[in-house]
Amino acid sequence: MAGWLALGANRGWTKTTVTRQKDPVTDIDGPVVEKKFVPGIDLLAVCLTGALALFVVSLFVSRTKNKPVTSSS
Amino acid sequence: MKNKFLCALLFTCLGAAAPAAPAEFDFKDPKGVNNVVFKTDAPLESINGTATGISGRVPFDPDNPGAVKGKIIVQASSLHLGNPMQKEHLHSDKWLDVAKYPEITFEVESAKNVKTQANVTTADVTGKFGLHGVTKTITVPVQMTFLKDKLKARTGKDGDLLVIRASFKIKRGDFGINPGQMEEKVSDDIELNLSIAGAAPR
Repeated sequence: MAGWLALGANRGWTKTTVTRQKDPVTDIDGPVVEKKFVPGIDLLAVCLTGALALFVVSLFVSRTKNKPVTSSS
Repeated sequence: MKNKFLCALLFTCLGAAAPAAPAEFDFKDPKGVNNVVFKTDAPLESINGTATGISGRVPFDPDNPGAVKGKIIVQASSLHLGNPMQKEHLHSDKWLDVAKYPEITFEVESAKNVKTQANVTTADVTGKFGLHGVTKTITVPVQMTFLKDKLKARTGKDGDLLVIRASFKIKRGDFGINPGQMEEKVSDDIELNLSIAGAAPR
């Protein structure tokens, strides 16, 4: 969730390239395609579902119980 | 020994006094940004397209921008229209015949009305424009922006950039492209907007 927010909170599909319309150095308008990973809501959903599944599984896994300490005296 | 020293001193002085050769800017853009937008606005149809297959070399001296020379080449096959059928027609032998005439060229001959303000020079550039196998001398208003040491910000190499912008019209009939025909769909006037950047690495 933090990663998705940090990388732009893209509400579309995950992208591996982005298209800019303006070259920042020359100010020329043109189709510039750059390789950039932008996580989308699909990846966010997968990560949240995975986290939820792990949480549910953790509820059913038997916890290590402390054996009662018996005093021999 | 004394003679050698004098010779070395003489060459150094001559080198310093000689005017610096203009840097040659290469317009083959690795980023693929350079483009020409072409428009025809006919009564029945308005067509917009772009061309990105641009190359060429332009020697340019920021201290003497009026002496600009060089040649810009556009690959005719890189002319792109959003509609695939229109694009096919444009490339065919009925229109541009890109197989027979693969290049659209502009070769600079001279510049007049040269005005420079800071790093921006405007001029009326006269040169030979070649399209569809016909070459004509035309004059085009051009803006040249010299970006000293800006190549590093773009490609990581030391050097300068030269951005050229030009907007002008040609008549397709002048270049033997179906003169007087189908002007209700493809106007005789073709508007061209050129935006290109050239690099001169050091």
